[in-house]
Amino acid sequence: MKMTYREAVRQAMHEALAADPRVFLMGEDVGKYGGTYACSKGFLEEFGPERIRDTPLSELGFVGAGIGAALGGLRPIVEVMTVNFSLLALDQIVNTAAALRHMSGGQFSVPLVLRMATGAGRQLAAQHSHSLENWYAHIPGIRVLAPATIGDARGMLGPALADPDPVVIFEHAQLYNLEGELPADWRCDIASAAVRREGTDVSLITYGGSLPKALAAAEQLAAEGIAAEVIDLRVLRPLDTATLAASLRKTHKAVVVDEGWKSGSLAAEVMACIVEQCFFDLDAPVARVCSEEVPIPYAKHMEEAALPQVPKIVAAAKQVIGK
Amino acid sequence: MIAPPPAGPVPWDKGFAQKLLADMLRIRRMEEKCAELYGAQKIRGFLHLYIGEEACAVGAMHALTADDNIVATYREHGHALVRGVSMNAIMAEMFGKSAGCSRGRGGSMHLFDAATRFYGGNAIVGGGLPLAVGFALADKLQGRRAVTACFFGEGAMAEGAFHESMNLAALWQLPVLFCCENNLYAMGTALARSEAQTDLCAKAASYAVPTLKADGMDIVAVHEAMKLAAAHVRDGLGPFFLELQTYRFRAHSMFDPELYRDKAEVEEWKARGPLHTFSARLKAEEKLTEEEFLAFDARANAEVQAAVDFAEAAPWEPVEDLLKDVHTP
Repeated sequence: MKMTYREAVRQAMHEALAADPRVFLMGEDVGKYGGTYACSKGFLEEFGPERIRDTPLSELGFVGAGIGAALGGLRPIVEVMTVNFSLLALDQIVNTAAALRHMSGGQFSVPLVLRMATGAGRQLAAQHSHSLENWYAHIPGIRVLAPATIGDARGMLGPALADPDPVVIFEHAQLYNLEGELPADWRCDIASAAVRREGTDVSLITYGGSLPKALAAAEQLAAEGIAAEVIDLRVLRPLDTATLAASLRKTHKAVVVDEGWKSGSLAAEVMACIVEQCFFDLDAPVARVCSEEVPIPYAKHMEEAALPQVPKIVAAAKQVIGK
Repeated sequence: MIAPPPAGPVPWDKGFAQKLLADMLRIRRMEEKCAELYGAQKIRGFLHLYIGEEACAVGAMHALTADDNIVATYREHGHALVRGVSMNAIMAEMFGKSAGCSRGRGGSMHLFDAATRFYGGNAIVGGGLPLAVGFALADKLQGRRAVTACFFGEGAMAEGAFHESMNLAALWQLPVLFCCENNLYAMGTALARSEAQTDLCAKAASYAVPTLKADGMDIVAVHEAMKLAAAHVRDGLGPFFLELQTYRFRAHSMFDPELYRDKAEVEEWKARGPLHTFSARLKAEEKLTEEEFLAFDARANAEVQAAVDFAEAAPWEPVEDLLKDVHTP
């Protein structure tokens, strides 16, 4: 069945709401407006205002309320409009949701699912475009997901809701209009990375909104006789380093593609893992393609220049394999 | 201008009145011992004593039921104890032992207890308020008639979390009892030096939440106000804001040289102390004898000594368990 990423997110939430009365959706404009990205269109009419709960512009307040509601026996899906706005709620996420279980000696789990849009590419400038997934991936106590395909957009929410601990789901804003076939076996885990394209010459390791770019780069490389393997991290915390290591043992070369800024990036963590675990498998230094270290600018040509793009990925891959 | 010491009749039977007095004594003796143990380096980290404010927790907690949820702050030893967390478990927690109510992972500022619905122990000022809104939302959506009592200091009312939480609770008419223990100082910053509007009830009332102010040094006033507030919330009439005007007799934490307030002011407030004023009132009404008072005091001291012995003897959590409970197994 062909559908958009948006529709896959919508179906996943619909299924969860229909299946479990403890599940409810809360966030800015999720109800009357139908969701900033139209992922909850029609839900208010179908499930009512108690379960499709429009909130005031109070990220700290409603994310914290989601944590409390989770502790109180519900299964909240809390939607934050963008990762930039989630910074207003960071205290509740880091100091409470992630810490509570350990800090209380294992007495309280927080079964909260937090969804938010992330990433650039729509000329929304420096306060709506950032990729801060690695900030969240730094924190023990939460699981961080980055569905990059129609199947994962459909499949990851179920297990995220079943997880007794907090799960943060990043949906790259450029992916909502992505169209594709929903695989028959869309049910999936929230623990492993996935090989999206097999290859033997170089591993392109990426996640989220950069996956389509990495796949396009692999296509171009193939035309030049280079077989690139594309790894979709899918789960940014905890990282599935076994899948990375298996790929590196085959290709011996890697390029990490990450829309986050280079310094202190998730790419840096992936590279460190590769060096720790696969140093003697490597035939070349590991390379990375990240965003330029600048607040994302508005002007289209400048924004494009700031982000990882297919030609940069292709160039990095060729450099790594010495072509 | 500091009000005269609490006085007047105690509208309770002897048994109930003595129970509340005994609970205040338990908190006082426990915390005096904590200060001593801090000096002896048995308790480390931050230690925020509640001494002087006992009427608030005791008066308030006795107006709640076992089904209610409690969210408190880092100055929560008294709340935990009177809620029903054992003194042994509290003391062991402060020693950092695995027999502690948070297995030694939390310490003084993070007492938790699932059995008594005691949800911390929050060291982020204002951090508990959104959480309380969530508990109340869960209760409302699941049709439970519980109250979520959220304790915080007046310092929290400068945080955005206060405003966001008041608005959410009022907008959704949630069963939250916001209980502000106004001890006049946010660490070392006096209320008038940090708030343009020092009438805290006026701030709360701007969210269309009913408010009440009570003398937090007078356990009778606290308990009666809390009963009213809890009944309002339990009856589904929405959130309530209660201000308890109180004072801490000790420093903010064990590191505080108290440069920001006059010793004379502290002495004036001590004259209003909840323990001796309440005892005097009960004696005047012949609801308490000196012998009974001494017996309660001795019992509290014995409980404290037993708790210290328990904490001393309790084992340390093995280091191999360090990563346990970061995630649910």
